[in-house]
Amino acid sequence: MAKIIGGITTSHIPAVGNAISDGLTQEHYWKRFFDGYKPVHEWLEEKKPDLIVVVYNDHGLNFFLDKVPTFAIGCADKYENADEGWGLKPTSPFTGDAEFSWHVAESLINQEFDMCTCQEMLVDHGFVNPMRVLFGDHEVWPIKSIPFAVNTVQHPVPSARRCYKVGQALKVAIESYPEDMKVVIAGTGGLSHQLQGERAGIINVDYDLACIESVINDPDWFANQSNDEIIEQAGTEGIETIMWLVMRGALGEKVNCLHKHYHAPISNTGAGVLLLEGAD
Amino acid sequence: MVWKKHEYEDIPGSYVFDGRRAHSSYAMNKLFYSFNEEKNRKEFDADPVAYCDKFGLTDEQKELVVSQDFLGVLRSGANIYYMAKFAIPRGLSVQDAGAAFQGISGDEFREKLLEKREGLEERLEQEGGYWNG
Ligand SMILES: [Fe+2]
Repeated sequence: MAKIIGGITTSHIPAVGNAISDGLTQEHYWKRFFDGYKPVHEWLEEKKPDLIVVVYNDHGLNFFLDKVPTFAIGCADKYENADEGWGLKPTSPFTGDAEFSWHVAESLINQEFDMCTCQEMLVDHGFVNPMRVLFGDHEVWPIKSIPFAVNTVQHPVPSARRCYKVGQALKVAIESYPEDMKVVIAGTGGLSHQLQGERAGIINVDYDLACIESVINDPDWFANQSNDEIIEQAGTEGIETIMWLVMRGALGEKVNCLHKHYHAPISNTGAGVLLLEGAD
Repeated sequence: MVWKKHEYEDIPGSYVFDGRRAHSSYAMNKLFYSFNEEKNRKEFDADPVAYCDKFGLTDEQKELVVSQDFLGVLRSGANIYYMAKFAIPRGLSVQDAGAAFQGISGDEFREKLLEKREGLEERLEQEGGYWNG
């Protein structure tokens, strides 16, 4: 049977990908941020997971505003990256696992989460940068990956509680897949940031650290917050931190925290890296 | 017909992108979305007015787009991520945009962000359990 062996959180902002492409990861501005991934790299090296589910939001590459699914899952064997409007060279394609995806989609739908299933799905920086920062750049990626997209762009977006619940359902879905495989879930995005308006430039360290503690030890604290409260504290774009709860829900009641790292600012954001293992 | 009020509308200096904004700025966001393809970026550059007309922008939004009034564009309903496809290739980073909103320079804006780093290591030391280099 498939087993979820751990969960990771990471930023996915474009600047992270740019820093990797431009060879800046050891520059003063970036060093502390990137060095904080080393324990995660070592863990991935040791555990060698077969597949990663990347929970992210699309920022207008695959989905336009004509159709905005609240939760969508890639159900293909391959996912391409593409130009997002500023001419970056696309990464090599990512290898999916259609049978795994369709099983997960079916299980989620049976558990009353009405997923949008995607047989073609372009993956943008929200997916690509977590892959690059966790695994490095590859012609052939060393792990299968599944895009799991959450709408955090156009309100109404799902509540933090709903994200936590879909994560709990994701655990049931994945761990009922008959093939023996080791699966990791990445919750991406965040932490606090606001790109737009006179209030742009918010980084709320207190709130970020509270969210980190909550995701580790008390997910209900974060899951109980309304989107209004989260926007107020974390900024209009900081709302995407709710995606961490999808990852957290998939790990079960209790977790062991193997690594926690916080850094600010990277570009306009606070950034948190967690490595968690289920402890139930 | 009436748009429902939301609590988040009372957060100052914030333009939460919801159905109301998405509805009124649909054509403009669709134009920005088209910039994912290089050939469309070139077509826009060759004749911005014609390109705006092709997407059916209102006169007011057309004026904002053609004059590259990024802040006006944002206020009139553009989604920040879609606007980025318009602004970034034209040399305006999200930090410059944030700075312009506050009437300060990009460098001042970046400086304010960097201030968040002051005392961070000590703070995390106090919290406990954080990786700290
Ligand atoms: Fe994002």
